[in-house]
Order: sequence, then C-alpha cells, then structure tokens
Amino acid sequence: MTNNKKLALTGGYAAALALKHINPDVMAVYPITPQTPIIEIYSKFKADGEVDTEIIHVESEHSAMSACVGSSAAGARTVTATSSQGLSLMNEVVYIAAGLRLPILMAVSARALAAPINIHGDHSDVMGCRDSGWVQIFCENPQEVYDKTIIGMKLAEAVKFPVMVIMDGFNTSHSVENMEDLDDKIVKDFVGEYKPEKYLLDLENPVTFGPVALQNSYFEFRKDMADDFENIQKEYEKICADYEKISGRKYGIFEEYKIKNAEKVIVAMGSVCGTIKDAIDKMEKEGEKVGLMQLNLFRPFPYKDVKKALYKAKEVIVMDRNLTFGTKQALASEISHAIGKEVKSFVYGLGGRDTFQKQIIDMVQGQLKDNYLL
Amino acid sequence: MNKDLTKHHAPGHSACAGCAFPAIVRTVLNEAGENVVVGNATGCLEVTSTLYPYTAWKVPYIHNAFENAAATISGVERAYKILKKKGKVDKKIKFVVFGGDGGTYDIGFQSLSGALERGHDFFYVCYDNGGYMNTGNQRSSATPYGTSTETTPAGKQSFGKMEVRKNLIEIVKAHGVPYAAQANVANLTDLKKKAKKALETEGPTFLLVFSPCTNNWKFPTSQYVNIAKLATETNFWPLYEIENGKYKITYEPNSPKPVAEFLKTQGRFKHLFSEKNKPVLEQIQRMINEEFARIARLAEE
Repeated sequence: MTNNKKLALTGGYAAALALKHINPDVMAVYPITPQTPIIEIYSKFKADGEVDTEIIHVESEHSAMSACVGSSAAGARTVTATSSQGLSLMNEVVYIAAGLRLPILMAVSARALAAPINIHGDHSDVMGCRDSGWVQIFCENPQEVYDKTIIGMKLAEAVKFPVMVIMDGFNTSHSVENMEDLDDKIVKDFVGEYKPEKYLLDLENPVTFGPVALQNSYFEFRKDMADDFENIQKEYEKICADYEKISGRKYGIFEEYKIKNAEKVIVAMGSVCGTIKDAIDKMEKEGEKVGLMQLNLFRPFPYKDVKKALYKAKEVIVMDRNLTFGTKQALASEISHAIGKEVKSFVYGLGGRDTFQKQIIDMVQGQLKDNYLL
Repeated sequence: MNKDLTKHHAPGHSACAGCAFPAIVRTVLNEAGENVVVGNATGCLEVTSTLYPYTAWKVPYIHNAFENAAATISGVERAYKILKKKGKVDKKIKFVVFGGDGGTYDIGFQSLSGALERGHDFFYVCYDNGGYMNTGNQRSSATPYGTSTETTPAGKQSFGKMEVRKNLIEIVKAHGVPYAAQANVANLTDLKKKAKKALETEGPTFLLVFSPCTNNWKFPTSQYVNIAKLATETNFWPLYEIENGKYKITYEPNSPKPVAEFLKTQGRFKHLFSEKNKPVLEQIQRMINEEFARIARLAEE
C-alpha cells in the first residue's frame, strides 16, 4: 500500500504536505518563526491550485484561533499552525476551542517563550497549554510530522477534541531528513469526509454555541469533558493501527527503544530522541544497559501504560525541554506520578541549545554537576 | 408580543426592563431574513440571551470570547464560502455580529479592523451604551466626555471622564468599507432602513446604534426611548450614513435642543450641573456643535 517515494523534506514541509493531502476546508493563520515554512508552503499549494482550502490570513494568533473556532463551529474541517508567543497569545481561545469540542488541528513548531525573547526550539510554549483540553502529540522527525498530522486530523474528528501535533522548532521544522509520503487519495480516504453532528450552517437545526453556564451546570460541562478525554487514548491507538495498514509505519502512545533489559530508562519527547538512541547504542557497546521511552502522546497522559513499561527499570531519567518554576519539571512530574516514585530529572535544550551524545552519556553515568544539560 | 418581531430573538431573555438592545437586535435581524447566522461578543446581550440550558436564539448563534467576535465570524463566513463551493450548503446566508462598545471600540478593535480589512461579507452591529455596563459601569473609549462612571467618578477634583470619545465610524470608514452608519434605537424606521441597506451590501458593513442603559446611566426604565430620542434631537447622536465614502445625514432635527436637555435626564451627568462644572457643560455643547458641523460639511460635499 505504501507509496515508497523517497523524499528529503523539513518538518515544516512535511506538515504542509500532510495538510495538502488532507486538503482541509479552512486554515486561519498568522506568521511566526519557526512556523512560517508551514504556512508559506501551504499558501503556494493554494496559489498553484493544488488545494482549495480557504486560507484566512488574520491579523494575530488570537484571531487565528478565533477564526478557527468560527470555521469549525460552522461545520468546516479546520486547521492552523503556530509557535511560541503565538500560542501564548491564542491561549484564551485554545481553551474555548476545547470547551466547545471543536476538532481543530494545529501544527506547532515548538519554541521558547520570552523573556528574554528567543526564536529557537524548546517545549515551553506547548507546556503552557498542557491542561487546556487539547490532545498533544509529539514528533521526532519530518516523517513523524507527516504521519501524525494525518493521524491527528482523524483523531480530532473522532473524539471531538482539538489536536496539537508538535515538532521541535528548527531542529525538526527546518531540518531536512529522508521520509516517505502517501498517495493523496490514500490520505483522503483515510481521513474521510468530515461530517459534523451539529454546526452553525445547519439552518434547520439552529444551535447556540458558547452559552453561559453558571453554578448549576458549568461543573457538569467540565466534568463531561474530563470523562470524554479519558477515551482518547483508545481511539488514538486504533487510528495508529489503521494508519499502519496504509503506511507500514507503526506508532503508539510511546516508542520503546531497548527498554526490555535496560537498567536505566530515559524518558523524552521530540527531536532529541534520535540523539538519545545513538547515545544508547554507544553505551550498549560498552556494556551499559540503557533504554529509551519516547513519548508520543503527552495529553491525555498514558499513566497506566507508562507504569507498566517502566516498572522494571532500576532508574528512570526524565529529560524535559522546558523549565518550570517552583515545581518539578512537566514531564518528570508526570512520569514520577505514573510510576509512584522519584525520577532523575534533567532539563536540556532550552532556547535552541544543542544537546550532544556526550551530555546524554554523562547524564546517564551521573557525571553532570547539576540537573541541566547546559 | 408580535410574533414576527421575535422570530429570531425570543422573549424570555433576561435583559433588564428598559434595555435598548432587544429592540435593536430584533429590528436588525428582521431585515436579515430567514437565513442568518449570528455572532456575538461577550457582554450584556450574550449573557442575557444564552443562559444554559435556555437560549433566546432561534437562529444559529456563536459566542466565542469578548474581543474576537469579528475574527470568529471571519471563520464562519469563510467556512460558508468553501462549503457552498463544495455544494454542502445551498442557501444564501447572511452573517450578523452584535457587540457592545467595549467589545468593539476597545478589546475587539483589532479583530474588527482585521475583519474589515480582509473584506469578509458580514454586518457588524455595535450597540453603544458608552461603557462597560455588564461589569457594572466602567469607562470605555466610547464613554462620552464628562461622564461619571465607576472608574471615572466625578469628585472634588474630577468632572468624570476627561477624554473625548473615540470616533469609531471614521476609523471604520478609513478601512474603505462600502457602508457604515450611525443609528438610534429611538428611530426604528431609520435603523431598519440602514440595516436593510447594510445587509444588501456585499462586503463588510458597520452600524453603530445608540443604546441607553437604564441601570448605569441612571434613569427610569420607562424612559429609554425618550432619552435616546433626545440624544438625536440635541445632536448628541446624529443619524447619518457613509455609503461608498459619501456622507448623508438621514435625519436632522429642525431646531436642535441644547445638549443639557439630554444630559439632565441621566444620573451619570448629574454632576455637570453644578456651578463648578459649568465650563465642562459648555465644552460639551461646543464639541457637539463642531462634530455636527463637520458631518454636515462632509454631507454637503
């Protein structure tokens, strides 16, 4: 079934290509580094008549997400893309999109947050909305960006929650790697036609979107959301299995790399996982048993599966590409909660700082002087 | 109640007795026909019409947040465009947004400007009650000079709001929109005509409607039409339109009354009638004369 066409693309291009194969109805976007390649490439697809998406070039990210809410509520398949300050600016409406149960897909080129201002990659922006009611899927490389964009679109519409597909700004969004795409038709058949249940343009069945809910009903609205959020993991796994059938590529809630006999297991997300795998191979040759849990699905957080996969590890080392203040790091605290014990927590790659194999090996061997891969 | 009047916005909403916007909403929507989608900024209208599990809206309606009603309708309108092209929607649908002055002049200003510039086919109606009435009467950039509000209270060293209202119609006009107008709830015939014209015009259109607030302007609930009427009879709120750049005064009082006649009907201006604030009152009259003369001059061109 696979196309097997070898391509060399950046993550940004891969996202645009996946979106082209989906050909959504509406895209509302505002430019921000390092998201710009996604929207520039997509605008060229439109200019050349390769997609018929209505692209709304809005005047801010706040309006981008606002227009997405309008479009999705109107009954159109809707996408956007952003980074960093842009995601922070749209934060208010990010919550509303989830509360209104709108299946919007957002490609995020994850980037540091000001101050000081920095345009390079880390996960601070997406961690800032990790409890907003959006599904969050992390990608390691352009291949994963392409695949998970398609998976994400189908997932959003199946579970009626918005989905963020996250790539590391620059490391993935601007780095060329080999990958394969699928035939346009295969992708379109896979995502299918979007048939909303209730939508604004259905004049015969008028709906009020975004009502006021006070003390007697707000709580139930939010609880229902939380209950439904619990069902996402199952649907994600099902869609990944279906996607494997058309692509030959297998994705799960996390990827396990040499975990089985590992004494020490590293947990990480995103582009750093490639470097970690190389470091693990190197350590293996020297007789050290180290594994990697590469987490794909961060929201909803797969506590049970993480616990099951990590219970044998003598030591769990968590790498966060974000820095929280006055509390444990975002990923470390989730992992620690899942396994019911303390983990070794390290912060790496803030503001686009490179992470090297040697640092990872030093980290595993306890050679770092503190908890930062500076 | 007249059934035709309430076919889009039903009775049973919780707006205050003596509130102006139900009449504005119904008059506007009755010109929009059957096929209309409504967008609404956070504010009194939204709060009083959508209290779950009830809704006063008999037409499709979306409230997103405070500052993004225009951006939200941009998305709805483009969704409509593409779904119509794909044959998934067959009717011709109108898009109408209602926002208060806070959601339009202030926090929603950028969103409105963006939507006007992009040229979406929608009709934006701002019901202007000169401040943040839903949160209990704080000043907005639409609050008239000299108004006492909770955040610009008149006091020993203050005559109330010291800044002049933002001239929103001029700013909207500068976007090159085909139709922008100012109307008043006290003149429904004029309001109706303007709504009809705006809805028949392709592209972004804008209407600013005078909308008295009984609670915070401090007047008896029975008086909102009379007070609104005085606003136009004193030239405090001139009725005019700008069609493709051309100004036209749609109603002009034969002999305009002094603005004090309007101001004295409301508690928010009570302090202006003290001896100390006499110069402020005179200044308000001067400003009103100048603004009306400016519009009249433009209308003669």
